[in-house]
Amino acid sequence: MHRTGELYGQFETLEQQKDSATLGMWVFLVTEVLFFGGLFLTYAVNRHFYFTAFGVGGNMLDLTLGATNTVVLIASSFTMAMSVWSAQTSRKKLLPVFLLLTLVLGGVFLGIKYVEYKQKFDHHLVPGQSFDLTYRMNHPAPGDDPKELAAERREIEEALLTEDPANPQVALVALNAHAQLYFSLYFGMTGLHALHMFVGAGLLIWVLKDSLKGRFSASYNTPIEIVGLYWHFVDIVWIYLFALLYLINRHLG
Amino acid sequence: MSTAPPLTPDRKLPREHYLNATYGIHSWLLTTDHKRIALLYLASVTFFFFVGGIFATLIRIHLLTPTGYLVTPENYNKLFTMHGVAMIFFFLIPSIPAVLGNFLIPIMIGAKDLAFPKINLLSWYVYIVGGCFVLYSFATGGLDTGWTFYTPLSSVYSNSAVTPAVLGIFINGFSSILTGLNFIVTIHTMRAPGMTWFRLPLFVWAHYATSLVMVLGTPVVAITLLLAGLERMFHLGFFNPALGGDPILFQHLFWFYSHPAVYIMILPAMGVVSEIIPTLARKPIFGYSFIAGSSIAIAVIGFLVWAHHMFVTGESTYAALTFSFLSYLVAIPSAVKVFNWTATLYKGSISWDTPMLYALGFIGLFLIGGLTGLFLACLGLDIHIHDTYFVVAHFHYIMVGGAVMGYVGGLHFWWPKITGKLYPEALSRLAAVVLFVGFNLTFFPQFILGYLGMPRRYHTYPPEFQVLNVMSTAGASILALGYLLPMAYLIWSMRYGKIASTNPWPATGLEWTTDSPPPTENFHVTPQVTWEPYDYKSRPELGLAGGTAPLAPAHGDD
Repeated sequence: MHRTGELYGQFETLEQQKDSATLGMWVFLVTEVLFFGGLFLTYAVNRHFYFTAFGVGGNMLDLTLGATNTVVLIASSFTMAMSVWSAQTSRKKLLPVFLLLTLVLGGVFLGIKYVEYKQKFDHHLVPGQSFDLTYRMNHPAPGDDPKELAAERREIEEALLTEDPANPQVALVALNAHAQLYFSLYFGMTGLHALHMFVGAGLLIWVLKDSLKGRFSASYNTPIEIVGLYWHFVDIVWIYLFALLYLINRHLG
Repeated sequence: MSTAPPLTPDRKLPREHYLNATYGIHSWLLTTDHKRIALLYLASVTFFFFVGGIFATLIRIHLLTPTGYLVTPENYNKLFTMHGVAMIFFFLIPSIPAVLGNFLIPIMIGAKDLAFPKINLLSWYVYIVGGCFVLYSFATGGLDTGWTFYTPLSSVYSNSAVTPAVLGIFINGFSSILTGLNFIVTIHTMRAPGMTWFRLPLFVWAHYATSLVMVLGTPVVAITLLLAGLERMFHLGFFNPALGGDPILFQHLFWFYSHPAVYIMILPAMGVVSEIIPTLARKPIFGYSFIAGSSIAIAVIGFLVWAHHMFVTGESTYAALTFSFLSYLVAIPSAVKVFNWTATLYKGSISWDTPMLYALGFIGLFLIGGLTGLFLACLGLDIHIHDTYFVVAHFHYIMVGGAVMGYVGGLHFWWPKITGKLYPEALSRLAAVVLFVGFNLTFFPQFILGYLGMPRRYHTYPPEFQVLNVMSTAGASILALGYLLPMAYLIWSMRYGKIASTNPWPATGLEWTTDSPPPTENFHVTPQVTWEPYDYKSRPELGLAGGTAPLAPAHGDD
């Protein structure tokens, strides 16, 4: 199909084109909800089965980093909303600034996520052969806060009592297996979310390039709007992930 | 056939149409024209149909004797698994939507193309990439988990090439999602002036319902198979009881998609039948809004019945009762369709052209397939016939008797529009009859086998079942002929067929107002729709059942 200016050949008007793009993105986001939905269901079922082990897993996460990331992502949603506003009101100089800010905040999020993943890797909390819930408490690193380690030890010991008070050896095997399920879901869910962040960053770079050429204005801003929709969706997914993975049964700092 | 003059006396192909607008391999592999993409799909789903067909042939030959000496038990497991995977994910699900839907939906609603032509091409490439993964799995060790990929067999114990197959189906899922998304948006935003929702052809309604299922169901099976694949690759435990996971959860997630997937296969076929019947009975369709609404109802209720595949897994009696009841509910919108088609035929001026033979065959076979579905939805009876050939026969009546009949019938019905050529009518009627006979001989004995207790997926059986198995295999050979015939003469007709007029049946849809084959932009001027669907009464030039206007013959001097 030929393209005339901003109008692709299969459409009659720019309005029809915009309606189609917007509806298309909404339908896509619905599929995304169902896509994440399978993971959320798996999470919910296992959280119900293994409430104690999942609680221990959640307490092993770094709340400060998680909370910081939540703030960073909400801020990026704000700058994204400002980008859409800038485009709709033809503020052609402001638009790239807000897009760039959104991109930078997205980058900060992924950076912090990397630090968190690295931590889990060092603590042997990545599912697999070397997964060991007690690794950190038995092999403290020089910089570790002793209070934090003691709290972690107490947490695991309490959980062992809940799992099987008579037989701590059996309880530890079970707790490790179930905590491993938690961390499988943790990496699965946050990993899939991070993948979406990378896609979002790619989309931002794409519209940022065009915005520098001044292509978007009150009359044509569809790409900014649909990228915005996508970005907000990925943001909302994180809000759920944060609550489900970090906050349930949280009592360690 | 009568000797009345054809509608367009000068039978010449239009000077320029979508097939000759551009030339070269690039003009096909990089096309964004929905009509050309439909033909790309036609070639690819036909390829997978023959891949799946070869496996089916081997299964039937193996089952000729009770001891089954053709293949080893392990290889038998692989045969039925690969037959199912190729047929379901790479033939049945894309067949009607991606071939006929792709070709027709934009033309039927008076648009120049789908809303997202590039995404349409992308979804074909995604399909091809997914298909390559699955073929790679077939070629390097095969697949023996059953098409259902139940865990922990698929994720831990199977020694076959499960990982590439699971990845292939995962990738292919996005092809389905993108097609569904494209259809939904197109039907919402691309309709021509005057093409209101209730003037949409029922084929479009059926595809709208299908697209809803594709968009809402496919992502769930995608993430489920991804988790099973990750479990296999990295020894995770989501669905592995040895590691604390829940295999039943896999079944719930799998069937949440895979039951509605049956409606992805059957709804478009119902759409095809809803077009053929009023056209070849020369009557407005009976109960238009009920047929349209029942498509949506089937799609919606279809999402609420998945656990009827799991009555023997030990799910709670109350859950089983609920799912049984909801499964019975699907019969209502399905029956609404069958009654409305029958009422349309009543006092119609029925012509026995090939598409009509397929449509009538569809109604009969779908009826048997649907009613035996009720047997299986019945909690008590299901215990007896669960995992027997009764189930195999039931779903083949729906998928082959229903979906494939609809697909082949639809191909014939729109073949003049797609290629601009007529297929040979006498031969094609013969093929339709051969197909119908072969199909029933193949699958009806399987109902009896199942009821007598022959389990599915077994490579041997007690000698007393041999007669029925030999009948089934004999039927399969006839069925194979019934598929090879259309394949041969349809290809033949592309070159040697008589040239078709714009509206050979004639029918009322917008697709019959444009050239055969249509120009790249579909219409020379944007159409304005001023008539109701299937309105033969106010368009006497098209002929009407019981009317006096001359009926134009489909094939003139055939």
